[in-house]
Amino acid sequence: MFVELNNLLNTTPDRAEQGKLTLLCDAKTDGSFLVHHFLSFYLKANCKVCFVALFQSFSHYNIVGQKLGVNLTVARERGQLVFLEGLKSSVDVFFQTQEEPHPLQFLREANAGNLKPLFEFVREALKPVDSGEARWTYPVLLVDDLSVLLSLGMGAVAVLDFIHYCRATVCWELKGNMVILVHDSGDVEDEENDILLNGVSHQSHLILRAEGLATGFCRDVHGQLRILWRRPSQPTAQRDQSLTYQYKIQDKSVSFFAKGMSPAVL
Amino acid sequence: MAAVATCGSGAGTTGSAVATASKSNVTSFQRRGPRASGTNDSGPRLVSIAGTRPSVRNGQLLVSTGLPALDQLLGGGLAIGTVLLIEEDKYNIYSPLLFKCFLAEGIVNGHTLLVASAKEDPANILQELPAPLLDDNSKKEFDEDVYNHKTPESNIKMKIAWRYQLLPKMEQIGPVSSRFGHYYDASKRIPQELIEASNWHGFFLPEKISSTLKVEPCSLTPGYIKLLQFIQNIIYEERFDGSNPQKKQRNVLRIGIQNLGSPLWGDDICCAENGSNSHSLTKFLYVLRGLLRTSLSACIITMPTHLIQNKAIIARITNLSDTVIGLESFIGSERETNPLYKDYHGLIHIRQIPRLNNLICDESDVKDLAFKLKRKLFTIECITKLRSYGLSQKYFLSHHLQKNCSVRKNPCFKQPHTLKKIY
Repeated sequence: MFVELNNLLNTTPDRAEQGKLTLLCDAKTDGSFLVHHFLSFYLKANCKVCFVALFQSFSHYNIVGQKLGVNLTVARERGQLVFLEGLKSSVDVFFQTQEEPHPLQFLREANAGNLKPLFEFVREALKPVDSGEARWTYPVLLVDDLSVLLSLGMGAVAVLDFIHYCRATVCWELKGNMVILVHDSGDVEDEENDILLNGVSHQSHLILRAEGLATGFCRDVHGQLRILWRRPSQPTAQRDQSLTYQYKIQDKSVSFFAKGMSPAVL
Repeated sequence: MAAVATCGSGAGTTGSAVATASKSNVTSFQRRGPRASGTNDSGPRLVSIAGTRPSVRNGQLLVSTGLPALDQLLGGGLAIGTVLLIEEDKYNIYSPLLFKCFLAEGIVNGHTLLVASAKEDPANILQELPAPLLDDNSKKEFDEDVYNHKTPESNIKMKIAWRYQLLPKMEQIGPVSSRFGHYYDASKRIPQELIEASNWHGFFLPEKISSTLKVEPCSLTPGYIKLLQFIQNIIYEERFDGSNPQKKQRNVLRIGIQNLGSPLWGDDICCAENGSNSHSLTKFLYVLRGLLRTSLSACIITMPTHLIQNKAIIARITNLSDTVIGLESFIGSERETNPLYKDYHGLIHIRQIPRLNNLICDESDVKDLAFKLKRKLFTIECITKLRSYGLSQKYFLSHHLQKNCSVRKNPCFKQPHTLKKIY
């Protein structure tokens, strides 16, 4: 986890809020560093994490996680991490008929179905185990990333239904957290993606938006991060708080600074 | 097994397949070299594959794309387990050359090839591959009887530039070369012996699609389903997925798919804006990437993205691919007469470079790149226009040169108004 980002968000692994949905959004840049941050954050907070990793392979997250101080292999063996590797599972689902319903069953179907098997997988992974003592603090669902489901043939409404079901189970029933990454297509008119993004951002408590710089590529400033705190359940009489920072990603950490205050410029 | 494990685990589960077999303690820091007898590592000993090298940044195993200039721009080469997507230029003149250089590099390095096309027979594609460039010494050893009379010249000792004689000569390009990255002569064909000595598989769509489809329907077009099954068969049968760790010599599978997404593949995303199966190509790319991540293979795909009507699909395809390069040729556009571009044939855009096992990637600072196809070589250069300083003439420099060139420190340029005073 990035300590500077924790300071900006005013959280630590010990006293993070529960029952929150965090939306990670990237436009014209790669926002995957935020996924690595939250993965290591919640593993360090001793939460039970279900990671639906549709974008990259397990070893990628593992190697980056080791740079950030968590070992995913050990976490998986201990039962703290339930990892659904989308790329590897898609090959299994696509080439062999499965007996029991696989979470990625929709890959074999001709018409856009629903994501019920995936939701069952998540619910099964995060349900509290009646083993007596409570080993993990609260469950967390991470999804990287949701736009891949659109590319694989699901409709935006089906994906929004899946998020709604997960939110009801994870955030409200189990008092856990959810972190979701959605790509913002920007000026490319991807209607389904816009529906999905608007729908999820309306339900989320915290939105982290990584954008590329409007002026183009820069070697010292990799992008801009906008943080927006929302209260979706209460009427917005008070204005939502919003902050903007620029960042530079290094090998093992990310440094944040105010706009225009990059160390290279000063 | 250590170095291949660090590289292989970066690309997929090939390393971890052996690691789980041996149950050794997997850490991120693994010493390169065979382990001491203290561990119970029963996997095969360290074997380096011809034509590959580990990346400087993260130990990821890289293969050459066939163009050393492109390798440099991509951060050393193409990572094994990833997809290189080339967005074709408008009249499909230069992208086949990149495609063929990739395949020729595979033949020269002794890799296994898998060539898939809906337009041309793969055997014909292989006949047209460019020949690797050889220097005189290695050519001499290659066909000795033909060039026998020229040997006395090449053995003359250098009298003036004698230091150059001490430099290592270029490696001989025999049937298998272990050097990383070769130059290719676009005007010559590859020698027939090299093609026959190589191991290649061809997928020509009109031949394969004639049999009726037996698999249950999903939203992929039949051509894509057949191609995925073919690739998966080859990977499984020739053990590229690491399922047989006892095999002594590991090899890399280079997959080349030409004109993917064109109507010849049965896909209509180039014809209609909202086709019947608009998710076919994106699903194909996803499952293909899943196959690549779990095997020792690298894939090049050329795609006519300028024909795709729906821009959202192009964005999705870009997100689903690892490395994306776009070619833009000047033929037929107004840039052909632009004096800025008179030496070049087109622009090359590096649209995306993957971040593998890392938070950052090796993005090059140079963003204005152009290519030209001379009689023999395909070269990539950065466009710079460095004109002489003058008060009346406009100057402009590429932004990266502004940092490196000490223009600001040039006294005659710092304060032009003082020059006016002098003159």
